[in-house]
Amino acid sequence: MEKPPCIGYNGALEMKRSSQIVDHTADIGILAYGEDIEELFANAALALFSLITDAESIEERLNLSLEVSSEDTENLLVDWLNELIYLFDVEHTVFSRFEIRSLTHNHLQAVCYGESRDPTRHKIEVGVKAATYHMLKLDRNGEGYRARVILDI
Amino acid sequence: MTSGQGQLMRVDDYRWMIPETYKTGMRVPGMIYASQEMLEAMREEQTLEQVANVAFLPGIVGYSLAMPDIHWGYGFPIGGVAAMDVSKGVVSPGGVGYDINCGVRLLRTALSEDEVRPKMAQLVNGLFSDVPSGLGSIGKMRVGRTEINELMVEGARWAVKRGLGSDEDLEVTEENGCMRGADPGKVSERAAKRGGPQAGTLGSGNHFLEIQAVREIFDPEAARVMGINESGQVLILIHTGSRGFGHQVCTDHLRVMEQAVSRYGINLPDRQLACAPVESPEGRDYLAAMACAANYAWANRQCIAHWVRECFSRVLGKGHEKLGMKQVYDVAHNIAKIEEHMIDGRKVRVCVHRKGATRAFPAGHKDTPDRYRGIGQPVLVPGDMGRCSFIAVGAQKAMEETFGSTCHGAGRILSRGAARRSMKGGDVVRELERRGIEVKAENIHSLAEEASHAYKDVTEIIEVVHRAGMSKKVAMTVPLGIVKG
Repeated sequence: MEKPPCIGYNGALEMKRSSQIVDHTADIGILAYGEDIEELFANAALALFSLITDAESIEERLNLSLEVSSEDTENLLVDWLNELIYLFDVEHTVFSRFEIRSLTHNHLQAVCYGESRDPTRHKIEVGVKAATYHMLKLDRNGEGYRARVILDI
Repeated sequence: MTSGQGQLMRVDDYRWMIPETYKTGMRVPGMIYASQEMLEAMREEQTLEQVANVAFLPGIVGYSLAMPDIHWGYGFPIGGVAAMDVSKGVVSPGGVGYDINCGVRLLRTALSEDEVRPKMAQLVNGLFSDVPSGLGSIGKMRVGRTEINELMVEGARWAVKRGLGSDEDLEVTEENGCMRGADPGKVSERAAKRGGPQAGTLGSGNHFLEIQAVREIFDPEAARVMGINESGQVLILIHTGSRGFGHQVCTDHLRVMEQAVSRYGINLPDRQLACAPVESPEGRDYLAAMACAANYAWANRQCIAHWVRECFSRVLGKGHEKLGMKQVYDVAHNIAKIEEHMIDGRKVRVCVHRKGATRAFPAGHKDTPDRYRGIGQPVLVPGDMGRCSFIAVGAQKAMEETFGSTCHGAGRILSRGAARRSMKGGDVVRELERRGIEVKAENIHSLAEEASHAYKDVTEIIEVVHRAGMSKKVAMTVPLGIVKG
């Protein structure tokens, strides 16, 4: 039987990777890394779209400025991902690059680059429906930041 | 696993108690319905830990309950039941889940397996094209902004008013397909926007349409009342929920509650358990929005049931009335409800959270439809894609022990990733075809996630709740044709 998703998170911090996927019995999670918190947020967003489709097939044809507010950094990460999931589900926009312009403990401003989903080029691999607070973790290690977010699919 | 592993207490062959001493902060003990064998798997999965965590919630009464199909969820386990005293307890969106009113609807027919087998490919292909399915699927109806508000309030009746089904369908739908207290004012613009285009769609994941044949009848009298008369009779099972609409309602209100938790001085072992007092503005707002999503799901299943009937009529060249396509019942298995239950000899109003659990009111209960009052409320328990499903009825022990609840399905044992790694989607199709089951799916790869071996055997689950007395099995069905999103 598959072990629950604590695997990976307790392991050594691998700074070379930007993110990885963890298994959860009913759902799936992402582990994202960053040298600084901005990079962590950008990598988490990229991991989300890499899960949804082949992120390398996404071209930068449009950009969108986003602002997200929350009460602390961990929640901000979940709210940020949920914002992107909403844009994907309603506007059918897919993104592959994220510039975090400013980031405080409760506010984020970013510019996202991508395009409208073209079903012929962007096959949906996983239908991500929400980012959850379950087992949410974001911490700092000597070498940088890492976070785990479980996604509902 | 955890420090408390050894403390699980055996009550009898099917009941296991997690004492309050298992984890500091538990307000009530946990109770797990399972066989010894199932329990071992639960230990490995840390499900018991989640059952214990739910026992932390303020106002919880009785036990934090776990049905035998329980498996790991986010925060609340899937297959969990928790009742909170309305006057001093909380409501938690995580205790309902993202897919609010995910549920199952069963239609019967007067057709036999032998009659439909030669047409199975046509039927499955027909259903696949008539019922929009798949990731981010968009409905064939155009539901505008004003209309979606009506849909949120009216539920299944919204569809019936548009000619999709009949009043008779509503009579055999939980809550008559319309939950009271729905207030579109408590639903975000985002949820409305996400929900509009997806109304009348099956979706993806574990949602499906299944053409089944009755294989075994355990309780002929109850089966007869449901219009199920013999082995080989063809039934159709519809499994879907509130699509992106319910997800957005859950996401929005979880966010509000996450912020409310500290204000109400609530301590939680997992943030996904975020909650607020039932009688607080946050609690009331969630329940009003949740009712909108529940109604959305009932409207969704109502539309789909209508298109299923149309498809059968077209393919078989007879009206659906002639084909005897009546609805048996429709149950919600992700929902929170305010109900009255007896606790220590007195009647208490409680908010019953059923996340991956089915209401199972026994014979004689006032909320069981007239037609079923003599046998108990029908309980529909789909198994995995390849094995079998069950039809049961609610029984008395459910009222005494589980706030009128029983299991909801098979319950996952392999993660989606592990299931994909263990088998290819194409192999799943070939295996089903080898056994004479026609299957059509939007995404062949995701079929692997739903392979039989990714799930517990529903037969064992139904046996536990049957023997423990929460529900009584009536009939077992096997799949003939499957449509997956």
